[in-house]
Amino acid sequence: MHSFGYRANALITLGVTVLALMCAMASLSDNLNSPTPSAQVQVLNVNWFQKQRNGNEEVSLTLNISADLQSMFTWNTKQVFVFLAAEYETPKNSLNQVSLWDGIIPSKEHAKFLIHTTNKYRFIDQGSNLQGKEFNLTLHWHVMPKTGKMFADKIVMTGYRLPEEYR
Amino acid sequence: MEWIRESVDSIKSIQLRQTLSQAVNLGLILTSALIIWKGLICITGSESPVVVVLSESMEPGFQRGDILFLHMGKDPLRAGEIIVFNVDGRDIPIVHRVIKVHERQDTGEVYILTKGDNNPEDDRVLYAQGQRWLQRHHVMGRAVGFLPYVGWMTIIMTGNPIIKYIIIGALLVITSKD
Repeated sequence: MHSFGYRANALITLGVTVLALMCAMASLSDNLNSPTPSAQVQVLNVNWFQKQRNGNEEVSLTLNISADLQSMFTWNTKQVFVFLAAEYETPKNSLNQVSLWDGIIPSKEHAKFLIHTTNKYRFIDQGSNLQGKEFNLTLHWHVMPKTGKMFADKIVMTGYRLPEEYR
Repeated sequence: MEWIRESVDSIKSIQLRQTLSQAVNLGLILTSALIIWKGLICITGSESPVVVVLSESMEPGFQRGDILFLHMGKDPLRAGEIIVFNVDGRDIPIVHRVIKVHERQDTGEVYILTKGDNNPEDDRVLYAQGQRWLQRHHVMGRAVGFLPYVGWMTIIMTGNPIIKYIIIGALLVITSKD
């Protein structure tokens, strides 16, 4: 009844239960935080815009991305993954999401930033629908916790348009 | 002579009863583990609701030995989500992030491209030869929850099977005691 094995078993069970409870509470405490992020993106230049040999159009953009994501960080936040995606509709596809830039924010100190960059991933359409195309730029973020549930949200910025002519 | 036989019978019956109850106990543990696993599969809609991260391709978000909880659901797949997918010709599933999505207007089919946060290039090099996009049937689930370090148990157990047998032995010993 009171052997070593029995006591060790009880101790380990209690320890694991307490640890699991603490993890669950840390994850639940994230719900108390209501972030108020802000973001602005400018398309500074269309560097080039052409049709590939296989018929798909590709465009290269220079972007100014500024955002303040500091309010997202809580004590249970390991990092915030943030990315900017071009989103548009074409006759063939009801949704196209093309990631243009992404970054990992490791801490609150780095969560307010201004970045001047060309698109990090290639902006290629499935087909050739980009001439004069209106598109949204959406800043998405995924909050990775130290433990527990992951969060995601986005800011949609509308009213961007690609040029009519190749360049 | 009569009483000797009786006592032998009674001893035999006690031993039999003990081993039987031990077997039932062990069976209960195994079946309840199976029930939990299958129940999770039903609830999450993913064929493998819990996976262990094995590679460094998602550092620093996920490290080797971390556990991910998956959920499939009916929601459409979207850019930014971390998905677990199978590639034809590879037996180990991969945990990476979706960076491009094209969803068909008429059929609703999705074409997605993934990339590991810690990899410099997208995943086209990992896909089967000539495969350019992942589709829904490749995807096992999307990661919704995260628990660090717990997965080391399974990594160690698959690394050296002796430890696995020691743990099974310990389980037998614990269940044998009342």
